[in-house]
Amino acid sequence: MSVTANAQVDDHAHDDHEHHHKQTFVTKYIFSQDHKMISKQYLILGVFVMGAIGIAMSLLFRMQLAWPGESFSVFEAFLGKWAPEGVMDADVYLALVTIHGTLMVFFVLTQGLSGTFSNLLIPLQIGARDMASGFMNMLSFWMFFVSCIIMLASLFLEAGPAAAGWTIYPPLSALPMAQPGSGMGMTLWLVAMAIFIASSLIGSLNYVVTVINLRTKGMSMTRLPLTIWAFFVTAIIGIVSFPVLLSAALLLIMDRSFGTSFFLSDIFIQGEVLHYQGGSPVLYEHLFWFLGHPEVYIVILPAMGIVSEVMAVNARKPIFGYRAMIASILAIAFLSTIVWGHHMFISGMNPFLGSVFTFTTLLIAIPSAVKAFNWITTLWKGNLQLNPAMLFSIGMVSTFITGGLTGIILGDSTLDINVHDTYFVIAHFHLVMGISALYGMFAGIYHWFPIMFEGKMMNKNLGYVHFWITAVGSYGIFFPMHFVGMAGVPRRYYENTAFPMFDELTDIQVLMTVFAIITASAQLIFVFNFVRSIFYGKVGPKNPWRATSLEWTAPQKHIHGNWPGAIPEVHRWAYDYSKVDENGEYIIPGQDFIPQTVPLQEDEEELQH
Amino acid sequence: MDSTITTGTAEENVWGGGNSPLGASYGKMMMWFFIVSDALTFSGFLAAYGFSRFKFIETWPIADEVFTHVPFFHGNYPMIYVAFMTFVLIMSSVTMVLAVDAGHKMKKNAVIWYMFLTIIGGAIFVGSQAWEWGTFIKGDYGAVETNGGRILQFVNAETGERAAIRDFAKTIPTERTEHERKNGVWFFDEGYLPSYSLNEVVEGFKAHPNILIRTEAIVQEGENEGHKTLLTREESLKKIKDSKYVVEGANLIRNEYGSRLFADFFFFITGFHGFHVFSGVVINVIIFFNVVLGTYERRGHYEMVEKVGLYWHFVDLVWVFVFTFFYLV
Repeated sequence: MSVTANAQVDDHAHDDHEHHHKQTFVTKYIFSQDHKMISKQYLILGVFVMGAIGIAMSLLFRMQLAWPGESFSVFEAFLGKWAPEGVMDADVYLALVTIHGTLMVFFVLTQGLSGTFSNLLIPLQIGARDMASGFMNMLSFWMFFVSCIIMLASLFLEAGPAAAGWTIYPPLSALPMAQPGSGMGMTLWLVAMAIFIASSLIGSLNYVVTVINLRTKGMSMTRLPLTIWAFFVTAIIGIVSFPVLLSAALLLIMDRSFGTSFFLSDIFIQGEVLHYQGGSPVLYEHLFWFLGHPEVYIVILPAMGIVSEVMAVNARKPIFGYRAMIASILAIAFLSTIVWGHHMFISGMNPFLGSVFTFTTLLIAIPSAVKAFNWITTLWKGNLQLNPAMLFSIGMVSTFITGGLTGIILGDSTLDINVHDTYFVIAHFHLVMGISALYGMFAGIYHWFPIMFEGKMMNKNLGYVHFWITAVGSYGIFFPMHFVGMAGVPRRYYENTAFPMFDELTDIQVLMTVFAIITASAQLIFVFNFVRSIFYGKVGPKNPWRATSLEWTAPQKHIHGNWPGAIPEVHRWAYDYSKVDENGEYIIPGQDFIPQTVPLQEDEEELQH
Repeated sequence: MDSTITTGTAEENVWGGGNSPLGASYGKMMMWFFIVSDALTFSGFLAAYGFSRFKFIETWPIADEVFTHVPFFHGNYPMIYVAFMTFVLIMSSVTMVLAVDAGHKMKKNAVIWYMFLTIIGGAIFVGSQAWEWGTFIKGDYGAVETNGGRILQFVNAETGERAAIRDFAKTIPTERTEHERKNGVWFFDEGYLPSYSLNEVVEGFKAHPNILIRTEAIVQEGENEGHKTLLTREESLKKIKDSKYVVEGANLIRNEYGSRLFADFFFFITGFHGFHVFSGVVINVIIFFNVVLGTYERRGHYEMVEKVGLYWHFVDLVWVFVFTFFYLV
């Protein structure tokens, strides 16, 4: 076998792309197999289109929460018959919450984020011509596209889209008569997610084998930028956890459409007993959260990788604790698969099991804290370049710590009971994985925009405006939300007017909604900056942030195969910033960074990082 | 088999970049990672099965009493046929190994023969599975379901053997026939209607004093430990009043063997596995024709045979688990 494996690898290595195929519009922009184009396709569809829809939905239901039962013409415009005389209907409220969660968690922050940055950076930062299989990469994107279309199509169904929450617990999701959204809407949701899982699997397989097999000469695993480590491990978690969601989804499809009783038992509806017997909804929760918890790390790890990289570049310092960062990524990945029960403390699961899950959950605080401290110590005494990417990276550390601290409360089964399914939980996960992952994504877009769009730079000042409004605004939304949650306001309720004890919280609800509207509007500045920079952005220097990693050695003009001629060889790790010799002089005179392609200088010692 | 030898030479670092550290092409590694993923899907199903079975551990049907048939033979042969199926599938894995090995040695004709045998083995397995499903769906003795959804089976008190409802049910001519699309309202299908009505079974039961009822509950201690509970005639006459449906064979809603989840999981997991075997056979056929056409001979290596071989072994391995959990324990 070794002979054949060699033959194949050599094939690839010698695949110099100087003999260019003729590209048509279709092969270049639509069915492209080039990782840089696929990355942009993911960015546009996954992040911009799906993200805009997801955020717009959140504004609609935030308005309902702040001004329950009031009439808005914007409701009438967007929701049509679901908002008679401009008052939002309760069913559509649930549908909006469900689809907002689904779009943001899966479409934007899983495939959008990983698809964009894994595709863009893995080949460029490890020194590869392209992904291992360009065809599978293309297939992955187009399956994602089909999945998006089906999910969006469900919005236009007569009975409305799925409305059982993004976790689609049965029996609510299993019985069409339970609510309007559990009919065709839920069917389309499940079909879209099944295709999504296949797309995610194909993409992840590609990322993993590319990192293992296609690193350029000298690029050992411990010389990889932390972005690559994060994407690599994210892809592995995806390979391990998404198939279990597929199990749950298939069993649920059987229950819904073929009369099996896997998750259902002893149900009466409208005085009639249904035939389902023996199944257990808790079983569904186990299967779902075996994916569901690793899923939040699938969302946050790429952002962590991006932040580590952007922060080291802009602090002009090596990342603090490189190997500890890798170890903590691996530890988080491992622990993420044994903590799912902390979502189920009040589901009727055995309380003893709850204490076991509390223990494993609190263990995650250790690698998370390692990461947070390493970021802070990377900043310590750094020569900070406060450009928008750096600001978002620092912002991510801030929101990750804020959100992480409440995670300790929620991870403890005894404390969790008090705030379970309240807005406290919403505040926690929006800060720790939603906002943090979005900040990481923004940092990545500002930082690697020149790589995506052939050297063009985004406008810095608009970036500052975008950052500060977003930073203040997101805390403005989610910080007060903790108090609302601690006061006991339950999540997923259409209105709380029936509970007089929550009346005095109405002002806070209004405050959060106003912040949400402001923050969401600020994203338009980003979109404007992004689109304008594609066409009119200033072309900066080839390596505008003076970074060491390989992607900045590729020519600004995109070519299929990334580098003309030979692939660059790597001689050092990715974090030789401000490295000095024993006389305190920079290794390369007058330059505070040493690209990975520069061989070790005479009498220079390789850092034992 | 030397399939795991790494390609790095002694002086260069295996993970140092510019090589394949695991000594495998990207395609083969993708297959390995796909198998990891698929294995977790099956693990999800088997864990769900274990969870549900444990919940009903005291009433779960006994596999030896369910899978007793062999094609063309009459009588009680528990596990014989499934053992044959398993044997065929494992032998097809052996021929697959031989095909891969012949591929390494670039022996085209040997690859063709071994691939052919593998395909035949897979086809026999899928066919047997279909027969197994058919038998399971048809059922043999029939049973009644109570208002509470429990299954009551019948036993002949003299012989101690199971009694089929067709042997004792009374024929009462006033009963109606099943509504079918072809002879009624064309868009409406009644679906499942057993061959005897509940009334016929109950009356027949009352008329035959040697028929007893057997419940789902497994005796937990004493000399009958591990067997289903047998009621006395008096208890049986009382119990039959609870009955609500006649159940023959199995479908996704109810089955004559006992717990509903038993048939649900049986159909779902063996079906999902059967789908994998079927896909494997289709893929093997494609590869077989590529071998015959000399595609891999021209390519200079038979790695594709090896990749589908990995998948085939995986499907085989999954069957070992399915077989263990459904038939053996």
